[in-house]
Amino acid sequence: MRIRVQNAAFDIGAELAEFSNVRPEIGAIVSFTGMVRDSEGRLDHMEIEHYPAMTERAITAIAEEANTRWSLGDVLVIHRFGRLQPGEAIMMVATAAPHRANAFAAAEFLMDYLKSRAPFWKKEVTRDGAAWVAARDVDEAALSRWRD
Amino acid sequence: MLDVLYFAWVRERIGMPKERVETQATDVAGLIEELKAREARYALAFSDLSALRVAVDQDLADFDAPLAGVREVAFFPPMTGG
Repeated sequence: MRIRVQNAAFDIGAELAEFSNVRPEIGAIVSFTGMVRDSEGRLDHMEIEHYPAMTERAITAIAEEANTRWSLGDVLVIHRFGRLQPGEAIMMVATAAPHRANAFAAAEFLMDYLKSRAPFWKKEVTRDGAAWVAARDVDEAALSRWRD
Repeated sequence: MLDVLYFAWVRERIGMPKERVETQATDVAGLIEELKAREARYALAFSDLSALRVAVDQDLADFDAPLAGVREVAFFPPMTGG
């Protein structure tokens, strides 16, 4: 498992190439990258706050759960904090498994849980002012599909 | 003594990221009642518990979580990662 919480930008291609250097029994790699979205063309930048003492252990627990459920060969989670510009990558996950079904499911699970259970808070700063992004009910509801 | 941490709009409403708190409370809910009694900014920040989440020693917890042996309590809105 590779878990990184950082302010610095990362190179999506280089990360994926490095992650793809796998053992021969791995037949599938799935990756997801989350970008700073500016849907209305008004975003100046995004501020991402986190809880440093908790962030890495919360992500590790989520990744370990994914690992156990889908018998992954490897998991990568990178999540940034601090000031980010529109179009920058906020985070990425990648999963490696023998077959694609497990790799896709594990990546979706990771995304659902990182969104609502990893201690990050996004603030959007526009030319009209700043506002914290509200958690959406649909994000909380997404977790229920993973409960037995 | 407890370290109490605040994040996102909870931090902004209370006006600081962290403080040391002397408490008689036995659980998180009791701690919240003590804080609310202090000043209006606390009462405002804790006015709607459904809009808040709590972590006890860096693990997500419920408002009835006990405080015995606890060193750090953090209050924040629902998380918006990913």
